[in-house]
Amino acid sequence: MVPRFFTAMPIPTPFHTRTQALCTSMFWKDWAGYYAVRSFDTCHEREYYAVRHAVGLFDVSPLFKYDVRGEGAMALLSRVMTRDISKLRPGRVTYCCWCDDDGKVMDDGTVSNLGDDHYRVTAAEPTYGWLCRNARGLPVEITETTDDIGSLALQGPTSRALLSEIVADTKKPIEKLRFFRLLKATIAGHPVIISRTGYTGDLGYEVWVSREHALDVWDQIYAAGRRHGLVPAGLDALDVTRIEAGFIMNGVDYQSAHHCLIESRKCSPFELGLGWTVDLDRPGFNGQAALRRELANGSTWATVGLELDWDEYEAHFTEFGLPPHVSSSAWRTSIPLYAPRRGGRVNGRQIGYATSGAWSPLLKKNLAIATIEPKFQVPGTRIRIEVTVEHERRSVAATVRETPFFNPPRKRA
Amino acid sequence: MVAINPFNPAHPDYPGRPDKPSRSSYDAIVIGGGHNGLVAAAYLARAGRSVLVLEKRPVLGGAAVSEEVFPGFTFSVCSYVVSLFRPHIVRELELAKHGFELIPLECSFTPQPDGDALVRWADSARTRQEISRFSRKDAEIYPEFGLAMSKLSQFAKAIIDNPAPDPNAIRPREIAKLLRLGKIMQDFDGDTRHLNLKLMTSSAVDFLDQWFESEVLKSPMSVSGIIGTFLGVRSPGTAYVLLHHYMGEIDGAYRAWGFARGGTGGVSLACARSARSFGAEILTCAGVSQVNLGPDGRACGVVLENGDVINARTVVSAVDPRRTFFGLVGKQNLDDEFATQISRYKLRGSSGKVNLALDRFPDFTARPGDGPHVRGDIAIAPSIDYLERAYDQAKYGDFSERPYLNVVIPSLSDPSVAPPGKHVMSIFVQYAPYEIKEGPEFWPQRREAFGDAVIDTLSEYCPGLKDSILHRQVITPWDLEQEYGLGEGNIFHGELSVEQLLFLRPAAGWANYKTPVPGLWMCASGTHPGGGVMGAPGELAAKTLLRSGEL
Repeated sequence: MVPRFFTAMPIPTPFHTRTQALCTSMFWKDWAGYYAVRSFDTCHEREYYAVRHAVGLFDVSPLFKYDVRGEGAMALLSRVMTRDISKLRPGRVTYCCWCDDDGKVMDDGTVSNLGDDHYRVTAAEPTYGWLCRNARGLPVEITETTDDIGSLALQGPTSRALLSEIVADTKKPIEKLRFFRLLKATIAGHPVIISRTGYTGDLGYEVWVSREHALDVWDQIYAAGRRHGLVPAGLDALDVTRIEAGFIMNGVDYQSAHHCLIESRKCSPFELGLGWTVDLDRPGFNGQAALRRELANGSTWATVGLELDWDEYEAHFTEFGLPPHVSSSAWRTSIPLYAPRRGGRVNGRQIGYATSGAWSPLLKKNLAIATIEPKFQVPGTRIRIEVTVEHERRSVAATVRETPFFNPPRKRA
Repeated sequence: MVAINPFNPAHPDYPGRPDKPSRSSYDAIVIGGGHNGLVAAAYLARAGRSVLVLEKRPVLGGAAVSEEVFPGFTFSVCSYVVSLFRPHIVRELELAKHGFELIPLECSFTPQPDGDALVRWADSARTRQEISRFSRKDAEIYPEFGLAMSKLSQFAKAIIDNPAPDPNAIRPREIAKLLRLGKIMQDFDGDTRHLNLKLMTSSAVDFLDQWFESEVLKSPMSVSGIIGTFLGVRSPGTAYVLLHHYMGEIDGAYRAWGFARGGTGGVSLACARSARSFGAEILTCAGVSQVNLGPDGRACGVVLENGDVINARTVVSAVDPRRTFFGLVGKQNLDDEFATQISRYKLRGSSGKVNLALDRFPDFTARPGDGPHVRGDIAIAPSIDYLERAYDQAKYGDFSERPYLNVVIPSLSDPSVAPPGKHVMSIFVQYAPYEIKEGPEFWPQRREAFGDAVIDTLSEYCPGLKDSILHRQVITPWDLEQEYGLGEGNIFHGELSVEQLLFLRPAAGWANYKTPVPGLWMCASGTHPGGGVMGAPGELAAKTLLRSGEL
C-alpha cells in the first residue's frame, strides 16, 4: 500500500476536516501519529456529561487495525491471543490481550469475527510485525487497515436511538444488537460495520467505515445526532469515562513487553486483572507455559481500583485554609501506595503505585487504577496513597474497590 | 412498543407502591416522601432501623418530582435545578448506582429588551469578554468578587454540613460547634470579616453596588438573593443568599448547579431506591392525617387518611413546620410559647412555575440558536427597577405582570425528558404571592391569567414561543400548597431569611431536628440548613436522631 500522506507527523484522520471545523479550542494531541482532539471546547466537561446523559461522538480512527483473512486466520489468532479465538463465532467481538513467550503482555485490544474467515484486530500499538511473525506456515493474509478505515465511537444512553434512525440494510434491527456483537449495515448508503463496543463503560457502539465514505457517514450521524443530544467529544472526556469504567490503558497503566528495558516493568495478564481473558486449557498459544507456571506459583502484582478517602483529602486542604481541589482531567503519573500503619494514619512500606486516576463527577469520588501487591487486592482493603497538597507531599487512606466503578445496566441491556 | 416513563408509578421499577404496610410497628415512620424524607429514611435504614415512608401523592419526590405531564414529556414540575446536593450523601447512599446523575448548568444567559444579552460562562476569560461589553471595570472586578465570595463560602459550607449550634447550650458538642464556626471567622482577614457582616445585613443590590456599576450584570446577580422569599432585591437581608451561588463544590463554582437526569425527580427516585436497598418500606397514596400521641404525650405513630393506625418508636416529619405542628400534632398539644413561634414562622410563598412542552426550540432574539448559551439558566431580569416593580405589585396582593423569570430547557442537555427534537421548558416565576388580594383560594380562577402574563413576558425575548407550545402547565402557590404540600406555597418550607436560619430554624431552641413533642423529629427544609435540593436536612436529622440514642 502506498502511504497517503508524506506530510510531517501527525497526520489527519479520515474525519479531520469535520473535527477541525468543530474544534474551537484548538486543543489537539498526537495519538499514534494522528491528530486527535483532546477537547472541542475549552473544557471537556460537557463532552464527558454527554457520554453519560446523551451521546458523545469520538473519532477513534488512530486505533491500529489489522484485517486477518484466510483459512489460517482463526489458527493464527488463537495462537497469538490469550482468548481461544476458535470459539469466537461470526458476528461477535471479544476483548483480550496478547503475550510474548514469557507470558508478558504486549498489548490489549479486540478481535472481531466478520465471517468467512475474516477477522479484524484492534490494537493500541503497531502489531503487524508480530502477527506476521506468528503467521509463518499458515494460509493467511494480514493487512494493516489503520489508515483505510475510519472509526467512530458513539457512546452514551441515546446512541441506540440515534443509530436506529439512520442505519439501513441490516439483517436485524440495531436495537437487537447485543453487547460485544457486530452487524453489517449501511449509513448514508455506504457499507459500515457496527459493533456494540467502546471504551466508556456505557451503552455504545463503534462504526467502522472505509476512508472514502467517512465524511458522508460522519455527516449523517452528526445531523441525526442533533435530535439526540449528540456532542462531539475528545480524548480528555474519554479518559475520565474509561477510568470510571475501570479500563486499563497500554503505556499508562502498564508497559508493553515490547518496550521494557528491564524485566520488572513487564506484567502478565493475571497481574493486569485480565486473567478472565486467558483460556489456558487448549492447544498451544503464545506464553501458555509461562502463564500456567504463574497461575500455579502466584503473581507478583495485581491491578485494582482505588477510591481515595474524601474526608482525609479535604482535611489536608482545610489545614491550609483552602477548599478541596481536584483536577477536572484524568491524571496519569505514577504515585506511590503504602501499607497503613498505626491505626491506618501513617505510611508503612511501599506496596505499589497508582498509574492513573480521575475525579468522577458522576460518582463524586476520587478514583485511581493501581498496581499493588496481591495480598492487598481484596476489595475493601484500606491502604494509603500519596497526595500533594499545596506543594507538600502527604497521604490519605484509599480503599480497594471492584471495577468497573460505574457500571450502568444499560451497558449490556 | 411504548416504554413506560421511569417516573410513572406504574413502571415496574418504581420504588414506591400504594400498598398496605407490611408490619404494624416500625422503628421510624417518615411522613412525606420528598427528597429530604427519603434521604433521612435511607440513613436510618442504613443504620439497621426498620423504616416506613408515607407519601400522600401517588408519586414520590414531593417538590423534587418528575412527572410525565404530557405524553413523552417529563417535567420537573416544581424544583427544576439541583444546587448544592451534598456530594458525601451521593457517596454514602451510593446514589449513582441508583440512578443519580447531575448535569452541570453551563452558563447564565440574560437577554435584554434592546436585543443585547449577557452570558456568564464557566470559563472566566469568556465571561470577562462578555461583561466588558457593558463595563470594562466590572469585567475585571468580577473574578475578585468571586474570590471574596469563595472565602466567605467556607464559612457557609461549615454551616450547611453540620447541625446548627445552639448558643444557649453548655453541652461540649454545642460549644465545639460554635467554636468551629468562630475559628473560621477568626481566620478571616479584617476585610473579609467586614464583608461577612455586610453580607448578613445588606440588601442584594446594596451589596453588589459596592462592587459593580453595570445594571446588566447586577440585575441577574441580585435575584439569587430573593428566590423563595417575599422580599425585593432592595430589601435588607437579601445579600446573604447570594453566597449560595459561590459555595461551589470541587466541580467548580458555577457547576454547583445542575439538572438531574430525568428531571429533579431523578434525585428523589435515586434516594428512594437507595432507601429501599437498605430495607426501608415506601408507600404512596398514604396521606397522614394525624401524629398519634401516647398517654405520656410521646409520639407513638400515625393515623392515615384512610383511618389506618401505624405505630412507631419515632416519627420523623418531612413536611413543613406549620403543617407538622398545627396540622398533624395539633395546637392543643403544644405549649403556648412554641405554638406562637410556629405561627410566626414565615412561609408566605412568592413564586410559581410554568412548565411547557415545546414542539421545537424557539429562538431568543438576542442570540438565536440552541447553542451552549441556552443550556444553562436563562434569566429575565433586565434591570433592578424591573425587579423592584415586580415586587411592588406583589406587596399589594397581585402577581407581577412582568415578573422575574428563570428559565431552563433541560432537554437540550438531557434528551431523556422529551421526544427527539422536542423540548421541555421550565419557567420559575417570581412574584406570585400566596396571599393575593382576593384570597389564596381564588388562585385557581387567576391561574390562566398568571400563565398568560408569564408567556407574554417571555415572548418579548423569545417571539416564537407561543407557536411552539404543545402543552402548558401553570402552577400557582395555591397548587404548590394543595397538591405538593408546601405550606403557603413556600418552596423552602419557610423563608430563607436570616432571622429564620441556623439556630432559629424553625424555632429558637428547637433547631436540632428534635421537637417539643417527645419522639417527634423533623428532617426537611424547614430545619437547618434549609431549602434547596441539597439533602442536608434529611442527612443531618437522621444522623442526629441516631446519635441521640432515642432510636
